[in-house]
Amino acid sequence: MSATRESYLRGVRAALPFAVVIVPFAMLFGLLASEAGLQLYEIMAFSVSVFAGASQFAALHLLQDQAPLLVILATSLAVNLRMLMYSVTLAPHVGAAPLGVRAVMAYLLVDQSFALSVAEYDKRPSMTVQEKIAYFFGAVTPVLPLWMGSTVAGALAGRAIPPEYALDFAVPIAFLAMTAPMIRSWPHALAAGLSVALTLALTVLPYGTGLLVGSTIGMAAGAAFEYWRERRVAAWLIR
Amino acid sequence: MVDPMIDRSQFWIVVVVLGLATYAIRFSFLGLLGNRALPGWLQRSLRYTAVAVLPALVAPAVLWPPVTGGEPDAARLLAAAVTVMVGLATRQMIIAAVAGVVTLLGVPFLL
Repeated sequence: MSATRESYLRGVRAALPFAVVIVPFAMLFGLLASEAGLQLYEIMAFSVSVFAGASQFAALHLLQDQAPLLVILATSLAVNLRMLMYSVTLAPHVGAAPLGVRAVMAYLLVDQSFALSVAEYDKRPSMTVQEKIAYFFGAVTPVLPLWMGSTVAGALAGRAIPPEYALDFAVPIAFLAMTAPMIRSWPHALAAGLSVALTLALTVLPYGTGLLVGSTIGMAAGAAFEYWRERRVAAWLIR
Repeated sequence: MVDPMIDRSQFWIVVVVLGLATYAIRFSFLGLLGNRALPGWLQRSLRYTAVAVLPALVAPAVLWPPVTGGEPDAARLLAAAVTVMVGLATRQMIIAAVAGVVTLLGVPFLL
């Protein structure tokens, strides 16, 4: 078996366990979108076009609340801004690949393919560009069909479930479950805590703008805290 | 909660613009800017976007659920707290979500 093929398969194997997360998450999206009155083709257009779960939930939520268009776009895009960092991090590894290949990789750049690939590139610095690309495609191979397929399954199930079931709290639980494991340090905790507190305090502002202000300040506070901590450690090391 | 209809023109604008803009973010450095580095402050800030936006997006619904007409609800508050604590402790999204759902459905039986 060629090294490239082996890398691809290693990526596939590493990504398979993510099915436990992707399947219920995508089903929930399909379900809520269909409860919100969207047709199957509309739900699929959404998933194919955006292919970024958290921002799709955010957009759906705000669409239902009839928030202003600019607020919907700004909030959902803010959720996806982390992918700028993914793009920056992957660029040096696969920059030598043809533009067409990188254009396809960009579409497939999701949390799972990014996290697995970067970990693998770190672990095996001797990988060639071809092997790195193969691994990346392997790592996204289970993700894409599982996400799309489970969205359809959820959308179809949504038609069968009467709307009075308490699905209103599914999104809060899903988002909190997604965020809590990301709080890896005190700056993360500050960013999340301050953002939540300010957003709650600013609910008097016209819909959704409190969230934008609160989360921007929270994000900046987290970054500033991290910067301050690093400088303090650096000062301590020099001493 | 009365389910307000999603405005279709707004919906399709979101699908197209969010799709294109998300793709532009993903393509940016991978496709165009190559090895150029981001300024440090920007790189640092990007690490905090998701943790700042996601919980704040749902915080009002946790405290003032629309289904109860905005009255705080014990089951929802507890479910949110359990989800966060289990998520922090286990670092597993699925376990946290299951714990939250079990709390949400279980509390009304206990009270």
